[in-house]
Amino acid sequence: MFATDQTSRRHFMRHMAAGAATIPAMQFLSHLQANAQEVRRNGKAVILVWLGGGAPTIDMWDLKPGTNTGGEFKPIDTKGDLQISEHLPKTAMVMDELSVVRSMSSIEADHDRGRYFMKTGYRPEVTATHPDFGSVVSYHLGEERRELEIPAFISIGGGGGQSGYLGMKHAPFEVSSNGQIRNASLDRWTNPQRLQNRLAMLNVLEENFIKSGRGDAPQAHAEVYDKAVSLMTSSQMDAFKVEQEDQATRDAYGTSQLGRSLLMARRLVERNVPFVEVSYGGWDLHNDNFSALSTDKLPTLDSGLSAVTADLKQRGLLQDTVIVCMGEFGRTPRINQNVGRDHWARSWSVLIGGGGLNGGIAVGKTSEDGMRVEGPSYLPGDLWATVAQAIGIPLNTVHTSKTGRPMKLANGGRPIAELIG
Amino acid sequence: MTLRPLAAAFTLALVPLLSAPGASVGAAFAAEAGGEPVRGNGDAAIIAEIDRLIARSWEDNGVEPSPVASDSEWLRRVWLDLGGHIPDAETVQAFERNKSETKRAEMIQTLLESPDYVRHFSTVWTNLAIGQGEPENTSRLGMRRFFRNAFARNVPWSEVVFELITAEGHFEENGATNFLLAQMVDNDEGVQATAKATRLLLGMQVQCTQCHNHPFNDWKQDQFWQFNSILKAARRVDHEEFDQQTGQNEFVYAELLRRPLDGPVFFEKRSGLMQVAFPEAFGAKFGEDAGTDRRTEFATALTGLVPDEEGFPSASESADAVTDQIARAFVNRTWGHFHGYGFTKPVDDMGPHNPASHPELLDFLTAKFVEHNYDVRRLITWIANSQAYGLTSQSTKENEFDDPAAGELPLFSHMAVKRMTAEQLYDSLLIATEAQKAGNSDWEAIERQKREWLGQFITAFGTDDLTESTTFNGSIPQALMMMNGELTSKAISAEPGSYLNRVLGSTNKPEEAVDRLFLAALGRQPTSKEKTAAAQLIRGSEKPIYGYQDLFWALLNSNEFVFVK
Repeated sequence: MFATDQTSRRHFMRHMAAGAATIPAMQFLSHLQANAQEVRRNGKAVILVWLGGGAPTIDMWDLKPGTNTGGEFKPIDTKGDLQISEHLPKTAMVMDELSVVRSMSSIEADHDRGRYFMKTGYRPEVTATHPDFGSVVSYHLGEERRELEIPAFISIGGGGGQSGYLGMKHAPFEVSSNGQIRNASLDRWTNPQRLQNRLAMLNVLEENFIKSGRGDAPQAHAEVYDKAVSLMTSSQMDAFKVEQEDQATRDAYGTSQLGRSLLMARRLVERNVPFVEVSYGGWDLHNDNFSALSTDKLPTLDSGLSAVTADLKQRGLLQDTVIVCMGEFGRTPRINQNVGRDHWARSWSVLIGGGGLNGGIAVGKTSEDGMRVEGPSYLPGDLWATVAQAIGIPLNTVHTSKTGRPMKLANGGRPIAELIG
Repeated sequence: MTLRPLAAAFTLALVPLLSAPGASVGAAFAAEAGGEPVRGNGDAAIIAEIDRLIARSWEDNGVEPSPVASDSEWLRRVWLDLGGHIPDAETVQAFERNKSETKRAEMIQTLLESPDYVRHFSTVWTNLAIGQGEPENTSRLGMRRFFRNAFARNVPWSEVVFELITAEGHFEENGATNFLLAQMVDNDEGVQATAKATRLLLGMQVQCTQCHNHPFNDWKQDQFWQFNSILKAARRVDHEEFDQQTGQNEFVYAELLRRPLDGPVFFEKRSGLMQVAFPEAFGAKFGEDAGTDRRTEFATALTGLVPDEEGFPSASESADAVTDQIARAFVNRTWGHFHGYGFTKPVDDMGPHNPASHPELLDFLTAKFVEHNYDVRRLITWIANSQAYGLTSQSTKENEFDDPAAGELPLFSHMAVKRMTAEQLYDSLLIATEAQKAGNSDWEAIERQKREWLGQFITAFGTDDLTESTTFNGSIPQALMMMNGELTSKAISAEPGSYLNRVLGSTNKPEEAVDRLFLAALGRQPTSKEKTAAAQLIRGSEKPIYGYQDLFWALLNSNEFVFVK
């Protein structure tokens, strides 16, 4: 896991043990920070905006004006070659960078099963626990980025998920939308000398046990601790501090939790974190769909999505960062008696762009009433294969489940041709 | 058929406790444990045969076993494996003072008769049966109570399996129902229940044959569906009541009922062809007459037991088990519990495609277990008293290639290092530090605090049930919790009531205090290098108390603490 030439942490801890009480505390911390400043962003990344509950994409990305199923909203023109909802005007201005896949057809219309299918590419089954695609990205891109001192799959706002057969190392690392990480704050260490004393003593004990000839597990323990200490003391932790951004930037993202989370996502991507998931829930709109959308859900999403797209673009990062925005399914074209829409997985839309994918287009189409896909339809595996292609994970990758079963990347999905450069 | 009649459990005399002279254990134990003396005459011969078969595999493979574990290494291990937590410092000292030649065997027996054993094995089996959480509309408490009863009264394993498979009724009145109920939350036609029951109770992974024939052996796709057509004869009913406050129907209780079934189940081949599967297993057919209960017939075929008029399993002249697979599966898993590796890897994937490391020993133990009427404590006595269990976990030059972590079949020439479960770690932290009492003397508040912390532990340390106990699968949030969490900061707070406070209040010799912290956390004395480092730490600290706190912190966070060595 940790090669000898790599992070000096273990080496450093060893070093400290030699002269535990002699290194002044501040020197200890500044050493850590100096170490971290060599970090430069050089890689691809994915931001997944997760619309938990299942967003009514028929009112967002694939409107049906003038039909029974169309609802109250009107479509507007965008900077791309497609129309979207009138309640997403700021997003319309960046739609030349983003595309909509209007022909998703994903079978699972139960919240848990749908979440599992959309996030992993696999339908739930009893024989294996599949990894979220974020864990797959952590496994492939996170491992290579040795300068990264924070986890490679960060989930903001508690989206759940699992790393399955790729191991807990690649599990989503959960952060609240205010940037708090449980038990990680260095602030409590009013006396950093004591942290140093503790780590020095710990190092003596760990080394003793590692050298006692009891296999590799004791070493693995020390490595996890190295990573945890590294996280606590890393200057990269300031990625979570969105208050460091100037007021204009924060205003652009909006003061909502989603806005803060997306701004945090951009800061994380900037520091080379390859997969960030941002949770924005509350879309299970069985009642009062249209007022909830027009007064709350869509304006919030509009500010956040447009700001993160424009911001990444302006910083030259959009070319390397794929943005995906979706929930576990869409919602019924039919409007129910409570002016709501129910669960619907058969024909719905996903927003995707950045990372060198083609922007400004609508891929596929649904029937006039939105009840079915016309022409070829896509599964979540196809979507993740498209992402994999964009960020450079080989499509012929095969993982192995814990029972030895070969598992194809993205469930063997094929990239969506219209989106690939 | 809720709780087994109490009388049955207490007809067997409670044995006098054989606690080691001077040991402080013992006193607290008694009421829970029933059963006959654990180690009797026949046991010595069985243990000798285990030793012979293991030693033969060492010879055949040209390895030399590691030396016998030191008292401190062995004691900590046996407490964790049997009692679920580390021994306290006083117990360690008493054990080291004890010069009896049979003190290890006595300690095993003491632990087997302790409430800690019952608690630990109930926890382990509850987690195996329903996972670490509480599945929807399932009673974790009911499941725990069932296993508690089973291990406290040393109910024969065949009866435990019989009840798990045939359970009917209210999920709290008959706790056994929760095993199947927990697998039936998805309304999936018994697919998960089939996969889980075969894997946990039979040690067979047939779930892959749900979709296709097994690629490595002759298990055919219909095998899964044959089992399925048996276990589908159970029906879950969730009872709801209208709640005035919420204005909705709310779940009140679940019930597991018999579902009258006749005929086969249908399933689809990959080719799209529909096939039928009849209720059969191990060559026996069930439920051919309408009106018979398939689950009961299946349980009888597995155990040789039949239901009495109240539904409790009882022996029968006319019934015979058609297979020893439930004994084999339990032997394999129990061996794995103590050794980190079973005779097959994983322990619950036995079959022609996965040859056992010691087939003769597995056969032998299976036969003896059946012969002794599935006596769980007796099986544990054999395993824990065998030579291999008493070896150190340090490998030597002569056996370092016996490395099952690298994929080799285990030879058990040295003990494997196992990682503690969430519950073992949590309970051990409390034993070592008495954190729950720090600044707290109110029993209720202490209990509340303990429940809250345990919840945090299960969340942070929860693992999926496929993970091997011998690999370290720790994560950064776990390390952060151990380093900076509330429990740790209480543990080293030195507030009145805590262990650290007691140590510092009772000695003014730094060396003695250091020794006692090592004993409490690691169950051993410090090495000379560790003594030097600790002394340096204490001397160099701004205040001596900081030094002791920082030392204790390091001990509790160390790899040696979280592993069962």
